[in-house]
Amino acid sequence: MQFPGRRKKVIGSSQNDLYDHCLQFYGQPPLENISLTEFETFAVERLKLLKSVENIGVSYVKNSEQYVKKLDAEFSSLNFPLRTELGDRRVQGGTSEYEKRRKDHISHFILRLAYCQTEDLRRWFIQQEMDLFRYRFGELTSKHKTDFLHKNNLKYETVSAEEKKSLKDKLITSSYGLSGITVEEYDFYKVPFQDALDLVRTRKVYLLAGNAYIPHHEIVTIVLNDFRTRLSKALAMTARSLPAVQSDERLQPLLSHLSHAYVGQDYSIQKNMGKISLEQIDALSGKSFPLCMRHLHKALRENHHLRHGGRMQYGLFLKGIGLTLDQALQFWRSEFVKGKVDADKFDKAYAYSVRHMFGKEGKRTDYTPYSCMKVILSNPPSQGDYHGCPFRHSDPELLKQKLQNYKVSPSGINQLLPMLAEILELVKGMHYQLACQKYFELTHNVEDAGFSLNHPNQYFTESQKLLGGGLEIKKEVDMSQRSQENPANMTRPSQANSKQAHEEMGDLDSFFQDE
Amino acid sequence: TAGAPSSAWACLPDLLPLYYRRLFPFSQYYRWLSYGGVSKNYFQNREFSFTLKDDIYVRYQSFTTQNELEKEMQKMVPYKIDIGAVYSHRPSQHNAVKSGTFQALEKELVFDIDMTDYDDVRRCCSAADICSKCWTLMTIAIRILDRALREDFGFHHLLWVYSGRRGVHCWVCDDAARKLSVAARSAVAEYLSLIKGGEETVRKVVLSDPIHPFINHSLSVVERYFCQYAIVEQDILGSKESVDKVLALLPEDILSFPVVLSQYQYFTSRYQYQSNFTILSEIMLQYCYPRLDVNVSKGVNHLLKSPFSIHPKTGRISVPIDLKELNTFDPFEVPTISLICEELERPRADEAEDDDVKDKENEQEAGERRRIRDYKRTSLAKYVKVFDRFLEAMARSRKGEMLQKSDLQKDF
Repeated sequence: MQFPGRRKKVIGSSQNDLYDHCLQFYGQPPLENISLTEFETFAVERLKLLKSVENIGVSYVKNSEQYVKKLDAEFSSLNFPLRTELGDRRVQGGTSEYEKRRKDHISHFILRLAYCQTEDLRRWFIQQEMDLFRYRFGELTSKHKTDFLHKNNLKYETVSAEEKKSLKDKLITSSYGLSGITVEEYDFYKVPFQDALDLVRTRKVYLLAGNAYIPHHEIVTIVLNDFRTRLSKALAMTARSLPAVQSDERLQPLLSHLSHAYVGQDYSIQKNMGKISLEQIDALSGKSFPLCMRHLHKALRENHHLRHGGRMQYGLFLKGIGLTLDQALQFWRSEFVKGKVDADKFDKAYAYSVRHMFGKEGKRTDYTPYSCMKVILSNPPSQGDYHGCPFRHSDPELLKQKLQNYKVSPSGINQLLPMLAEILELVKGMHYQLACQKYFELTHNVEDAGFSLNHPNQYFTESQKLLGGGLEIKKEVDMSQRSQENPANMTRPSQANSKQAHEEMGDLDSFFQDE
Repeated sequence: TAGAPSSAWACLPDLLPLYYRRLFPFSQYYRWLSYGGVSKNYFQNREFSFTLKDDIYVRYQSFTTQNELEKEMQKMVPYKIDIGAVYSHRPSQHNAVKSGTFQALEKELVFDIDMTDYDDVRRCCSAADICSKCWTLMTIAIRILDRALREDFGFHHLLWVYSGRRGVHCWVCDDAARKLSVAARSAVAEYLSLIKGGEETVRKVVLSDPIHPFINHSLSVVERYFCQYAIVEQDILGSKESVDKVLALLPEDILSFPVVLSQYQYFTSRYQYQSNFTILSEIMLQYCYPRLDVNVSKGVNHLLKSPFSIHPKTGRISVPIDLKELNTFDPFEVPTISLICEELERPRADEAEDDDVKDKENEQEAGERRRIRDYKRTSLAKYVKVFDRFLEAMARSRKGEMLQKSDLQKDF
């Protein structure tokens, strides 16, 4: 596979043939050059799409009306090709169908590079790509489906009406759930029996002269099996050529981050800087913190200490919700001093790491607050640790108790047990973020969180939005100043302030950046 | 009739060399396994295994020419010959090949029907014994499987062979069949399987509504034979014990023997007893439907007894079965090695001269011509003819394909 340079190459018109169908099997890798920016953008957008496919697939029955509606929305917002003809009118100011298809093609191949390396990654990637393919294939018209099959050498002919008529009784008795009417109405495809082994093995299909007569709805299964086989082989081959790709320094960091990528806001630019006072933290932890941070806060208050993993996870989160460096220093010092650490020791040993988090020490490492993915996947907690994701790392029984103990609003009590059961089911299915989302719904007494949880700070922001408080933006970065959480004050004054605050924050940002 | 098994066994060391020198149809055999020379080294990469005297078993035998095959077989005098797969390299050199690269690539799709698998439903014999009464089971099996393999799966070149003792084999030789994967072979075998369960299972056939066309076809074959086979010959309603076995297959609400018998008597007008027809069908299938060993069919590298090899226990030759004469095929009429060796000694001048005249293969060595005349003097002749017709059909088919291909190419 060719590797991109920094220049963008003009695409020749011969490429039009490549994209003459909105769906493809990704048999041929893209041959053009693209810029690194496009490389990254395409990859990230496809990753968002695949994660949506995963999330929506857990929340709704696959291919049900709601499922389709939700995915349609994702497709539009992320600009991926759906079912339009190539020549269709370009939506004003939007991306052309051709460009969408090109993105679909290229992004798929980029993600192959990121997801070919381990069995788990491959399995995840194949699963989402298959669900995606199934959805897109299902949305095609009958004619487009046949076109697709032919273009991809799946020489599946449709059975003529006369033949169907002559074989009607046999077709009805061999395929599940068919009647005379459905046989007439449905398309049937003639597929060589070798391509339909599962149906042959269980005798669920009519066989004649080496061909299986497959009703329309079954053809998807066959096409999907074919898709899975091809993709599986391709990933294995990609893994083998990966070392060559990884040696390209421009790509190596991009690829290694993609597979653990968080693709939302990174909360590193603190728009909320200075909006929170230390006195508010206890209250906020009960109301708006996700369970992991609530857990960490409680442990810190109880033990007057947190180990490194906990300090990092919680400390960066606090930065993300708006604590300034000075506030943070005060916060940690006051707590640690209540424990076994005296002020001097704190200044010598722990202050450094707090400053480090704010990018004030040493080389700037990844000081963005941890995303859910990072919390779940890296650095599992051991004895004496309080970090990690409770939905992932806690024993389900303990988790259940913890959830029951954390008070919910009175009206929520009736929902408590069934909600808890749902949460535990999600945990069992390894959908930790969805479980946390459910926890959000439970504690905020809403039916639908209204967002797709990916980041603890996102949880906080959404919670604050819901609870009707934006926090007033303070003019000075003054740790002793109190701010009232007063919705009435929120409107005009804060807007007038925000511009000024922005300018100040611009300065603050540069103040905190190493470069 | 053929000589008794024990005498055949004792004479094998004497008879086998004679058989391999003068009777074994090497020319046809080579022609078969070369498949028209379309694939390079197809014959050379084929595995054979031999069981020699004193039960010495040797695998990975392979030969570069027909001549070499003949010489080796005459030298080693195998008691049993099995045919395996066509490999990626010459089996005889498999040790020299880098590990992991020596692989079975193609083989005929095969089926093995063994009478012992029917022991729970036949009363006349058991284990290795067979008789004319239970042989009907083989007839039924061949009819059902042959139809399905041809009509449902679209295969054309099937060679049915008597195993020499208690069963039959089917070699599906189409190109497409030889290229089937393990998964495909196993899927075909499962499609063809209706009998599920071993010792512990009483009711081995369960049919659900609607009944698949394949099962309907199979049922109509079974129905044709059931009365004569099961009721008359096997006499399944003839003793309390065997009736109990039948009753054991019925659901609890149908209890008495008279009910079963009367239902059977109205059996052909099944529309009257539609609701019970499924039960009757299941019973008939359990008693008669072919029992396959899926494992034999699944493996690409599985070794199966070769046509025209001898069965050491009976002395009978594994001969091809002519499906046109299936109803009159009698396993006890199949020639033994001692019979044909004996027939070899008897001069049959008139036949030999006719063949000289008709012999089209003028270019061949005198020795081979003599050998062709030789088997034609024995009871083996008619079976080799069956084999010849089978090979002709394949050759015609290959020719047809090549013409098709070249036609297509001319269009460009």
